[in-house]
Amino acid sequence: MKEHDVYGDGFRGLFRGLVPVCRKEFLHVTRDRGTLFFALLIPILQLFLFGFAVDTNVRQVPTVVLDDSHTQESRDLIARFAASDVFAVRGNVQSPGELDGAIRAGKARVGIRIPFDYARRLQDGTTASVLVLVDGSDSTVAGQAMSSSTGVALEQSLAQVLPSGQLPIEVRPSVLYNPATRSANFFVPGLIAILLQVMTILLIALSLVRERERGTLEQLTMTPVAPLGLMVGKMIPYGVLAFAELCAILAVMRVVFLVPVHGSVVLLLALSLPFLLTVLGLGLVISTRAHTQAEAFQLAMGTVLPSVFLSGYIFLIENMPLFFRGVSRLIPATYYIRIVRGIILRGAGIHDLWVETLVLTLMGCGAILLAARQFVRQSAG
Amino acid sequence: MNAVIAADHLTIRFGAVTAVKDVSFTIGKGELFGFLGPNGSGKTTIIKALCGLLRPSEGTGRILGMDIQKDAAEIRRHVGYMSQKFGLYEDLTVAENMAFYAGVYGLEGQRAQQRTEEVLRLTGIRPYLERRAAQLSGGWKQRLALACAIIHSPEVVFLDEPTAGIDPVARRALWDLLFELSGEGVTFFVTTHYMDEAERCGRVGYIYLSELMALGSIAELRRLPEANPGGTARVQIDVENPSAILDRVRRMEGVREATIFGHSIHALVEEIRLEGIRDVLREARVETIEPSLEDVFVTLTYRIMETSR
Repeated sequence: MKEHDVYGDGFRGLFRGLVPVCRKEFLHVTRDRGTLFFALLIPILQLFLFGFAVDTNVRQVPTVVLDDSHTQESRDLIARFAASDVFAVRGNVQSPGELDGAIRAGKARVGIRIPFDYARRLQDGTTASVLVLVDGSDSTVAGQAMSSSTGVALEQSLAQVLPSGQLPIEVRPSVLYNPATRSANFFVPGLIAILLQVMTILLIALSLVRERERGTLEQLTMTPVAPLGLMVGKMIPYGVLAFAELCAILAVMRVVFLVPVHGSVVLLLALSLPFLLTVLGLGLVISTRAHTQAEAFQLAMGTVLPSVFLSGYIFLIENMPLFFRGVSRLIPATYYIRIVRGIILRGAGIHDLWVETLVLTLMGCGAILLAARQFVRQSAG
Repeated sequence: MNAVIAADHLTIRFGAVTAVKDVSFTIGKGELFGFLGPNGSGKTTIIKALCGLLRPSEGTGRILGMDIQKDAAEIRRHVGYMSQKFGLYEDLTVAENMAFYAGVYGLEGQRAQQRTEEVLRLTGIRPYLERRAAQLSGGWKQRLALACAIIHSPEVVFLDEPTAGIDPVARRALWDLLFELSGEGVTFFVTTHYMDEAERCGRVGYIYLSELMALGSIAELRRLPEANPGGTARVQIDVENPSAILDRVRRMEGVREATIFGHSIHALVEEIRLEGIRDVLREARVETIEPSLEDVFVTLTYRIMETSR
């Protein structure tokens, strides 16, 4: 007797079992409310944490002053430092030793020392030198403090030589796309990629490895389910979940962190699909490598650091050594971060981002095929 | 007779380890074939090879006339499998598990409904339809597993130690079910390491250290020359307290094997010594008997251990 068969041998046969696997996986997800809750909540919580904590704009650097001059001029200069948003004058010290000590102890990152002859030299028209000590242990802060202090000195000098206040040349930098240069605008969109990746890889990898651990996979391999049917059937529910999470994260970004979206939200959602495809595929590849859930968890976590440090999320890819620039091209988050930042910050369109989209799509399909192949080999081993 | 399952000189190696060594057998339609052997002897490996999950290193096999390597995908549509470990989803209900397997085997709509009804009637699991599999007892879990394994009305069903760890009543119920189905023409390949279960099977294969040592009906196996060496007799010694004299019996001249069997001792003795033994054990009743299946396998195993030494 030939059984009625809804799949057949053609293209549909490659995905044999997709619908029942997908349906079953949705049931697992709804049954395991605890996992679902944490899977959805933790990325949002992390978004709040990192979104509020990460601010690379250097403001209010604690500063101490040693004023040996005690004149109106020296007080003017200190006032100008204090007026800039960069320096926050926390107090005066009485000796060079105290100045060094304050920086060493971490109480201040900048020390300003105005010599006793400061006012006299200004009046004489000779160069008055002011010592600015900068704590270099945080390179960003140090760089910002140095350039700002030079700026303050320059302004003060100009005021000295041009009493009218008329400057012959004025530079008016106009920052495009993130006019307030807010860190949140830059970091939160990147964070979306990282959060989405961790959550998705973990969910799908654990789901497959759990089946291996419990022996349900052994039973499944004896059925006519095709490897691609199993893989894609598992991807759909977790893809839907990740997509819902993406929408939630975007809402929080917009409403809580007030990051404006300059481009099309629909395009952003659409171009997120290739990335989800890739991380789901990556999760599947991991699951074919791991024998226990603990192993899968470690492998999934192993993808986090490269995605944070080599994707351009924190450090500029252009500044990396050649080798790491190459590595960054292999990381899916690199492309997705470009897509997210492009659309959210610069209002980029598909014609600006099609390369990234294409690369992610190819990576995703490759990962799924690799996982399916690994899976066939494994069940035969 | 057309063989439903046929293994032809199957050898399966994992690297340097030979898991299955030159195994051949055929099983006909509607047979309930028992595959007996200790853990790790290669039973599960043979099942996996027959279902096309493992590539044999040498030899071939056919299921329903299909080649186990070339037609693996097609074979899986006609074969049911129940793994040693409970292989269903504990967080899903009985109904959901069955629906999943119906779907996986490509049953849809009316056909799925009809088969589900049939399987429910057969296994009697209907009262538990809405219960999560995790909450079922061991016996009901096995019935659910069987229900899922036969939902697509397979012609061949492989059961890998189906009764491991379930109570005697559930065990008997499961066997009754297997007999009923085999009566309807379903061919069963059942592995076990329980002798009494093997005795229920029409035909039995005994695998030890990756090799098929014996194959045949229970009656054939009992008459196997290897199990009844020439000039020996199998006797049952009935005494008040068998364990008290077991050591004595074992040390007697002419006794090759002796073991406790319920309230008696089963021994393999040399025929010429039989009268002498009867004289010594005057208080006991010594009768010649046919060997039990266990006797047969123990004797065979001893022979292998001796020759491999």
